[in-house]
Amino acid sequence: MKINLSHFEAALLFALFASVVLGIVTKKTDRERIQYGAKCFGYFLLALFAIGWAMKLGHG
Amino acid sequence: MAADVKTATSPIDDSKQPLPPLQVWALPVLLAWAIPGGGHFLLGKRGRGIMILVSVSLMFFFGLAMGGAMFKPESGDLLTTLINYGGFVGDLSSGALYVVSVMLGYDQPDTAGHVHDYGTKFLVTAGLLNILAMVDAFEIAAKRKS
Repeated sequence: MKINLSHFEAALLFALFASVVLGIVTKKTDRERIQYGAKCFGYFLLALFAIGWAMKLGHG
Repeated sequence: MAADVKTATSPIDDSKQPLPPLQVWALPVLLAWAIPGGGHFLLGKRGRGIMILVSVSLMFFFGLAMGGAMFKPESGDLLTTLINYGGFVGDLSSGALYVVSVMLGYDQPDTAGHVHDYGTKFLVTAGLLNILAMVDAFEIAAKRKS
């Protein structure tokens, strides 16, 4: 089975899986884990859009 | 005096804890390597174990489905050696997922293309996330974390 994802879809999946694991292993309570996982995911998205726009603007 | 008290209760002291006996943490850490989330299951943390199993496995399977390449421990110049050995350690850290896929003959050539490139990164990152899960299993087994 081969899948063909766009840059955005692949980066979104990457952010999701990484955020879940980072949330689980980093904090000590479930509430903190959920908050940290969501924060990581948010930062991934922010970086994704920021770097994406930077590359688009940089290319002209 | 006040400074002494502050130093004695600072978080830095946590890192000076002696290593617990091998039999306490070896099995959970080994299981955590072999099966993502396995160490957490063994230690009774089923919810977290399932989340790690699903996340790491899905990331690995997406990596395979995107045609990601597995790194081989090959030498060359310094950068090539670092990338190949580092990538190999990352791939190998996925445990049974890596071993079984290699045994079943998965050997994707390193070709150009963003999907394939993401796949390679997914495979390595799945292993790196599993290393974090192994460390977490160690801390739980050593009673440094609940």
